[in-house]
Amino acid sequence: MTEFKLPSLGADMDQGKLLEWKVKPGDAVRRGQVIALVDTSKAAVEVEIWHDGVVQELITQPGETIAVGAVMARLATPGEVPVPALRRPASPAARKRAHELDVDIEKLAGTGPHGAVTLEDVEKAAVKPTPAAVPVPDRQAEMRKAIAAAMSRSKREIPHYYLAETIPMQRAMEQLARANAARPVTERVLIGALQLKAVALTLRQFPDLNGFWQDGAFRAGAGIHVGVAISLRQGGLVAPAIHDVDQLSLEDLMRALADLVQRARAGSLRSSEMSDPTITVTNLGEQGVESVFGVIYPPQVALVGFGRIAERALAEGGALRVAPVVTATLSGDHRASDGHRGARFLAALREQLLRPEEL
Amino acid sequence: MKTSYREAMRAALREALAADPRVFLMGEDVGKYGGSYAVSKGLLEEFGPERIRDTPLSELAFVGAGIGAALGGMHPIVEVMTVNFSLLALDQIVNTASLYRHMSGGQFSVPLVIRMATGAGRQIAAQHSHSLENWYAHVPGLKVLTPATVEDARGMLASALADPDPVVIFEHAQLYNVEGELPEPWTTDMKKASVRRQGKDVSLITYGGSLPKTLKAAEMLAREGIDAEVVDLRVLRPLDDATIMASVAKCRRAVIIDEGWKTGSLAAEVMARIVEQAFYELDAPLARVCSEEVPVPYAKHMEEAALPQPAKIVAAVKGLLG
Repeated sequence: MTEFKLPSLGADMDQGKLLEWKVKPGDAVRRGQVIALVDTSKAAVEVEIWHDGVVQELITQPGETIAVGAVMARLATPGEVPVPALRRPASPAARKRAHELDVDIEKLAGTGPHGAVTLEDVEKAAVKPTPAAVPVPDRQAEMRKAIAAAMSRSKREIPHYYLAETIPMQRAMEQLARANAARPVTERVLIGALQLKAVALTLRQFPDLNGFWQDGAFRAGAGIHVGVAISLRQGGLVAPAIHDVDQLSLEDLMRALADLVQRARAGSLRSSEMSDPTITVTNLGEQGVESVFGVIYPPQVALVGFGRIAERALAEGGALRVAPVVTATLSGDHRASDGHRGARFLAALREQLLRPEEL
Repeated sequence: MKTSYREAMRAALREALAADPRVFLMGEDVGKYGGSYAVSKGLLEEFGPERIRDTPLSELAFVGAGIGAALGGMHPIVEVMTVNFSLLALDQIVNTASLYRHMSGGQFSVPLVIRMATGAGRQIAAQHSHSLENWYAHVPGLKVLTPATVEDARGMLASALADPDPVVIFEHAQLYNVEGELPEPWTTDMKKASVRRQGKDVSLITYGGSLPKTLKAAEMLAREGIDAEVVDLRVLRPLDDATIMASVAKCRRAVIIDEGWKTGSLAAEVMARIVEQAFYELDAPLARVCSEEVPVPYAKHMEEAALPQPAKIVAAVKGLLG
């Protein structure tokens, strides 16, 4: 028997509200399968399970708010003989009345001896709360609070250092334009995806920027899972991860990025995306700023920012020419790395973007 | 009028003796000594030795003699000192008195009343502290009464005497000194259970010597906001199912309080009937408070611990309320 507990879907999350179960008792589930929809203060997240098994009992009821780590369900592990689920204890009078009132007794929390559902529990449940009586959670206020908590923690705990580097983008843009010319319009790759890939490939040489600062020590990430800062239309932002970005083709990365942005804005992110980015990339170029010095999302140790790609006068080989450039920045956690390493990272990122054919 | 249970019972005997020349009282020490519990004190002087008869120490013989007298047209009241000694007369009561109407094809009636004291709580040790009401309540052909109030002590005897079949009356020894107001007119009913306290949260069903303890428990519960109803069974055979079920249907929870041992108890019978007849009214499991399954101890604190007590009843009720 294994327990399925509410995972932390971000450093700023300490509780979540179950919106919906995607499985029912008796269902076989596979590792990676989405089994529940949970509302964090930021988004409705599809929560995945990390073990194969058979659902035995759903403990948390939809609508319940529970703490991170609380047991939500029990599963029989493969090979284990499933124990028949116990019938919810309910008094005979409660069962009879539930039948009359068409109330599902299995969904009620009992207040009788041994948690049995009583007549009163059924009659209370039968009185449907009027819509006005249910306070509508202010999603924006909740998200603001979550961002405030995470960012305050970051600035309280993380000694940031900031570096910037100007990167010529002509070669990358020409390379991308050539490749896109051969692609159908719907599959064209945006420069943002190229930048993400460049960051991911560069990070292979800088594992000390890719991971977490936890319990007073650095822990390297298991893969290069790049959190992408996505602003939401109603305000606020999320930074879900694309997994193993360094191993994705540009086309796959572009598809993953488009999918992620769409789902983030629709509010249907997955738990693994929310919980395990190893670094964050923020791109405010579209907003027209030249550069962005971001605040690190704890417990990550670095954040890479890209500003607007703009034509600048570029001195090269004793001559001036006009070429497109971008300002890339690094916000680093000084506990995990030093400015020297950060500078080398930005230099390597520059070199990478000057060799777009490798991307 | 304020009176004691003992005085009420004596008044009932005096009335019966005065009203019907076929009635007489017989038993150990009922005459000169005035009864082991002083119930018949003064009756020998008033009615004479023909009608207030001291017997030898043989329950089998004098209960048998009572059956013979009843068959012969008399209306005898036989007093057995306690239920403990009635075991010596079980054969007469169970094999003879209860069966004559059946065995004779309806030709013979045994209009016999057997009175006996019952129960523990007075430090008279295991052999004198039994509560075996359920043994008699098991037997077809008998009627079993457990007057628990001054009113029933005064009123039930007349109906028992009027019944054409044998009636066993249990008088809990702890009740004799209980005083209460005797209403007028008093009831003589011997068919119905009685709701002694109205309530709505839990039905406390009891009889005999446990009634005062149960009423006390109900008062304790009331102070905690739990409104208990108290049902006094009054008649253990035949049980008044209608009153029991009406109370359970109203309160939806029930605790049975019975000084008998739990195993095979009258409480078990009441519970079984509730499950049979009122299952879908129940909003909690049934519970019972009975005597601990040990011989009743002599030591005072041990005896108290072994018997149903108000605190145990309160705890049982709380166990049903979640």
